[in-house]
Amino acid sequence: MSNTRAKSAPSVGAPMNRVDGRLKVTGGARYTAEMPVANVAHAVMITSTIARGRVATMDVAAARSAPGVIAVLTPENAPKLPNGAKPALDPPAGRVLSLLQDDLVHYNGQPIGLVVADTLEHATAAAALVRTTYTKQRPELDMATAPTAPTTGSGKPAGKEPVATTRGDFDAGLAAADVRAEYAYTTPFEQHNPMELHATIAQWEGDHLTMYESSQGIFPARKVVAKTFGVPPENVRVVCHFVGGGFGCKGSVWSHAMLAVMAAREVGRPVKVVLTRRQMFGPVGGRPRTVQHITLGAKKDGTLTAIRHVSTSATSELEEWMEPSAVATRMLYAAPNAVTDHHLVRINMGTPTFMRAPGEASGTFAIESAMDEMAYALHMDPIAFRLKNYAEKDAQTGKRFSSKSLRECYSAGAEKFGWPRRTMEPRSMRDGDALIGWGMATATYPTRRSPASASARILPDGRAWVRSGSQDLGTGTYTVMTQVAADALGISPERVRFELGDTEMPETPVSGGSQTAASVGSAVNAAALAARGKVVQLAIEDTQSPLYGASADDVRVENGMLRLASNPTKAESYGAVIARNGGQPIDAEATEKPGAEAEELSMHAFGAVFTEVRVDHDLGTIRVPRVIAVYGVGNVLNAKTARSQLMGGLVYGIGMALMEETHIDPNLGRYVNASLEEYHVPVNADVPSIDVSTVPETDTRVNPLGVKGIGEIGNTGITAALANAVFHATGKRVRDLPITLDKVL
Amino acid sequence: MIPFDYRLAASIDDATRAASAADTHYVAGGTNLIDLMKLDVETPSHLVDINALDRETASLAQVTELPGGGLRLGALARMSDVAWNARVRELFPVVSQSLLLAASGQLRNMASMGGNILQRTRCPYFRDTATPCNKREPGSGCSALHGFNRTHAVLGTSEHCIATHPSDFAVALVALDAIVHVRSASGGERTIPIGEFHLLPGAHPEHETSLRHGELITAIDIPALSFGNRSLYLKVRDRASYAFALASAAVALDLNDGRIRAARVALGGVGTKPWRSREAERALVGKTAAPAAFQAAADAALREAVVHRYNTFKVKLAKRTLVRALTQVMA
Repeated sequence: MSNTRAKSAPSVGAPMNRVDGRLKVTGGARYTAEMPVANVAHAVMITSTIARGRVATMDVAAARSAPGVIAVLTPENAPKLPNGAKPALDPPAGRVLSLLQDDLVHYNGQPIGLVVADTLEHATAAAALVRTTYTKQRPELDMATAPTAPTTGSGKPAGKEPVATTRGDFDAGLAAADVRAEYAYTTPFEQHNPMELHATIAQWEGDHLTMYESSQGIFPARKVVAKTFGVPPENVRVVCHFVGGGFGCKGSVWSHAMLAVMAAREVGRPVKVVLTRRQMFGPVGGRPRTVQHITLGAKKDGTLTAIRHVSTSATSELEEWMEPSAVATRMLYAAPNAVTDHHLVRINMGTPTFMRAPGEASGTFAIESAMDEMAYALHMDPIAFRLKNYAEKDAQTGKRFSSKSLRECYSAGAEKFGWPRRTMEPRSMRDGDALIGWGMATATYPTRRSPASASARILPDGRAWVRSGSQDLGTGTYTVMTQVAADALGISPERVRFELGDTEMPETPVSGGSQTAASVGSAVNAAALAARGKVVQLAIEDTQSPLYGASADDVRVENGMLRLASNPTKAESYGAVIARNGGQPIDAEATEKPGAEAEELSMHAFGAVFTEVRVDHDLGTIRVPRVIAVYGVGNVLNAKTARSQLMGGLVYGIGMALMEETHIDPNLGRYVNASLEEYHVPVNADVPSIDVSTVPETDTRVNPLGVKGIGEIGNTGITAALANAVFHATGKRVRDLPITLDKVL
Repeated sequence: MIPFDYRLAASIDDATRAASAADTHYVAGGTNLIDLMKLDVETPSHLVDINALDRETASLAQVTELPGGGLRLGALARMSDVAWNARVRELFPVVSQSLLLAASGQLRNMASMGGNILQRTRCPYFRDTATPCNKREPGSGCSALHGFNRTHAVLGTSEHCIATHPSDFAVALVALDAIVHVRSASGGERTIPIGEFHLLPGAHPEHETSLRHGELITAIDIPALSFGNRSLYLKVRDRASYAFALASAAVALDLNDGRIRAARVALGGVGTKPWRSREAERALVGKTAAPAAFQAAADAALREAVVHRYNTFKVKLAKRTLVRALTQVMA
């Protein structure tokens, strides 16, 4: 994978191994459920077995007297919270949770009680003894007949994006078209299913709480937990050193975590809750089902005259969370007339939430499938059609892109893939029983950042200790921050100790929206530069220093040596400066905030994804022999972890395209395939040779490091690229994900 | 999971005596039973662990030759051991293939022959105690009939149950007329032809096999079959590995100059029990081994299929799977 390593940056960009790799493969990395907490009690959640109604009775007598049981919390006896059943913060900052404040049941699998015991086994056995009766209502489970919900609530698209947009005159644009295409695309309910189950350990000492929480955002967690339990945020410490995958579901504090905090206060000892795999279906969010209508109009020469993208997604009875599927379509292609809109319907399921590229993953499936359909309607090569409508500026706002290398991605990807050898006609490429299909699509994800802080300490021996709250979802935050700090300090990464995952450290935002590298990286860079600046200042003001009297701008630091650029013989180490100046560590802290760039510019990462499928013409089985993807994602901090993350996104997309779907029983509202055995994600044998690369892209405006987030772009575009390949192979256009074999038989 | 007690059996007699008590279950590899206990679907009070019985009787965990030319698979032999056994691969490739296409490497290293043919259905309603299921709780109703039934059976169903039998291996066994050897607590031994081992759901889907309480499977015999080496197992599923069959076929053909002298056909993923199709076999015998005969066999095999809302595709898929298997076994 190519990278854009800066000249004076020996570490950033390098394919450095994970600094926490050894800990992880040896079991030394402690995940939340493994944190050693003395005297911890174990809690097991009781969940509803109906989808809608009320809890009538809960017979907990047997559970209460079962061996080892300490407490059983139900809507009847649970302590009342300051905010009652209302969210402590407006969603989605705070979620509408099931904290036993009322007896209402909104979905099948909703938390309705908690059993606390001395061991997990005792708690599990006792939970099975609780007998619950309900007053049932008929659940609403069908999006086609479900009532609508307002789109003004918690589910508004991220950032400042409106729910609906209009530009130009769509009807006139469509009327002027020579060719029109109108299709409906659907994407299913999905669950995030990280390997690490959600886990919480809550420990009160007086009115101070320590919460070990598997979290994508320890600071937002602190805020909402404090508010929920009526204590000041500074009384709450949230710790999370490692996350075994998040994908969005760990971006919120869900019911089980709050119940653990509640129970710990009730029983007067630490309480641990680890969800079961089944409990990952419903109580911790998922991607909602979407129904997306797309209309395209184009001139014979391929010029788009009109785009309409209207998406309806499902939400719960609890919140109005919206999947912003049509947002990416706004800026993507240079059609003068465009309409986008979002609608919501309410059904009896768990509240949906951010799931890896929320909006972009589902939305690019629809728009990039439609672009392929239109290319076929026009008899145009799909890349040529996209280039014909290439947006040189943000098609919606007219703002300049901070950088955009999509043209280079198309061209590099096409060449690597051998795209020119493709024959356009469906079913025109065969190999024995296999129909071969080649498909491509555009990938895109916005570039964001939020305020973040970090601290850096240069130790008297020249090593450094750098800290920033944040979290590492398994993406490589520990590693890339070590590299960023090393370069800023001018020392080797081996001499940097980077720590994260504790609200005692400088404040950082949620690891969501692919913003951690940009946000935390900028802060780490600034804090390290500030610490270095302090030592440089000491040196140039120190008559004993060979650097005495020099200008700070003239001082370079490499390999821990401060050296004058104008006279390289004048040099000394961090250690020498510090030793002469009190021998104490040098500390600095910095906070970095986004500037005006988001107002002035349109900031996105782009990519081009090419896939080959082999479809068995009799059996319908789809295999993916290869994926080639090329991205323009700004500066790459670590070629190895970046490749892994983009590749992981592509695998995620293969799952979304071909197998992932949460099945809801149409009568009971029960999550039917609530296990990793029946909820299919790709296994190794489904994962092909994946070739990921980046094109050089210098973006001086997005943030000080010039990085664009890479956590989510990987699973955009890929689904459409696969659907388009399946069409090319079979002549069958599947507009309903996942593309299982029965849909192509 | 509810509390239970556990005993490691020292001998076959010890095991069968212990298991004759009420509410007692044998456990071998544990790859199915323990899962179901965690889900509270199986709730035995006593477990009798038979994993150490091969210390007393080594053949329990081995593959041995039968005098007439077939093979005896010890009940405790692991899926992976049998799958990679040279004689199994040589005489009955269909058996080896059915084992290797099932589960995962880790599971195959644990799961036993006896346990494999006793594995319970993967019907999600059977595995979820919060939903009605006639198999798990007789008389409670069948959630799958009008629920999400994409993976469910189209052959051998009843109005009480449409759950699919999950085993791949058992499909190969029914094609090969295997014989199941069992021992009871009294020391009595009997044999059960594999075709009579699994029961149709009928009005009592809770009764899945003809085993009597406490009986222990000791071996599965695969009788000699002159054309067993021309056999094949084909499995079609939703992903490349680690998924249950949507449709599968175990076939063996005896060819004479391009004509089919004898045929064995069984289907998986579509039946409430491992599905031997004598109708398909009749359609093949005497015919030229060619697409027309294979298609006729497939049509015959699925003639009685009963579909539900989400599994209608299985009829077409099963037919095509069988045709492909017959085509491939010729190659």
